[in-house]
Amino acid sequence: MFKGFIDKSRAKSPWIMHFDCGSCNGCDIETLACLTPLYDVERFGIINVGNPKHADVLLVTGCVNHRNKSVLRNIYEQMPSPKAVIAIGACGLTGGIFRDCYNVVGGVDKVIPVDVYVPGCPARPEAIIDGVVEALNLFQQKQAG
Amino acid sequence: MQGLIFAIIAVVFAPVAGGLLAGLDRRVTAWMQSRQGPPIMQAIYDAAKLFGKEKLVVNRWQILCAWVYLIAAAMSVGLFFAQADLLIIFFVQAAGAVFLVMGALSARSPYSQIGAQRELIQILTYEPMLILVFVSMYLVVGSFNVSDILAYESPLIAKLPLMFIVLGYALTIKLRKSPFDFSTSHHGHQELVKGVLTEYSGPFLALIEVAHWYETVLILGVTALFWATSWYWMLLLLVCVYFAELLIDNTMARMTWRWMLRYVWGIGLALSFINFIWLYAR
Repeated sequence: MFKGFIDKSRAKSPWIMHFDCGSCNGCDIETLACLTPLYDVERFGIINVGNPKHADVLLVTGCVNHRNKSVLRNIYEQMPSPKAVIAIGACGLTGGIFRDCYNVVGGVDKVIPVDVYVPGCPARPEAIIDGVVEALNLFQQKQAG
Repeated sequence: MQGLIFAIIAVVFAPVAGGLLAGLDRRVTAWMQSRQGPPIMQAIYDAAKLFGKEKLVVNRWQILCAWVYLIAAAMSVGLFFAQADLLIIFFVQAAGAVFLVMGALSARSPYSQIGAQRELIQILTYEPMLILVFVSMYLVVGSFNVSDILAYESPLIAKLPLMFIVLGYALTIKLRKSPFDFSTSHHGHQELVKGVLTEYSGPFLALIEVAHWYETVLILGVTALFWATSWYWMLLLLVCVYFAELLIDNTMARMTWRWMLRYVWGIGLALSFINFIWLYAR
């Protein structure tokens, strides 16, 4: 019974951690817009935490480069499992228009496993909320398996 | 025997009450910020989720410190509802609070180190205020026992109105409300990320969360002693006090620890002094 309640709670309380991995700030502004009273993601129990040790979901915006890929991996490894990663925006998915730059590694999934991809340039707040909700469904399956 | 039964009931139900109160707190805060806010059960969902997470610790001290903090908080609530001595309750609660700081100091992260130092200063600020409140109750009732204070025939708030304000300061610090929320706050992204709680994670953060609910119940219990003659007025007093806390939290900015120490000790000691003189004069 208690295990069932924990599984249910997991979907009801996703704490997100937002990492700007070299984005142009377009997607970051949209991500933070989710926290404003207009979208108010706290009604789903979503809280933006600044600490990977408390986070369940990692939101990554922007393309990964050679300087910050170790930072990204470090943050991912500090999160206690079960955890999910959401890549946001064209750059986070593939590297976007920067994919051919000499210093760019590419999308987030070149460095850490990504569960949900949210496209857009920038991604809309509705799409980001949708992505987090999608990640929660995966979350429960992860637990069951 | 009856005291023991009360204590067990309190230890079992205090976290539920504290959790629901924390949820209600967030709901009302959201209402004040014209948002919808999370469900009332949210704080309990958060804790349950944290219990189900992987156990990541920096060192074994953290495990011990989180457990001691929880057990001390639960014991102080149990002792309070068993109507024991206020001084014993105070010492048990203070010992637990220090263990929270020790756990944070055992990790080398600067966030948790500075958070722990600030938490120590917060403890230093509110504990003398709590002691003064207990002493004032002793001066009126003639006993530190909760059972004797409950048996006193007239409401204490009539004789200790200023001490009630002093307790309000301790309550605001203990609930981690603005302007006193600098060791850690309910939301991250302050200058210290999560301050004293930064290095606690997963189940151990959940233990600390539950301990925090116990402490909330304890301090609200002490508040309730001020009008213990009638259930109706006691409940009204608690609702008003908690609403005032939320109002203060939402209208104040976070200040610095220097300001807190000066302000709370200055005002708190002055109010206590006036109230004690008044008690003697009448």
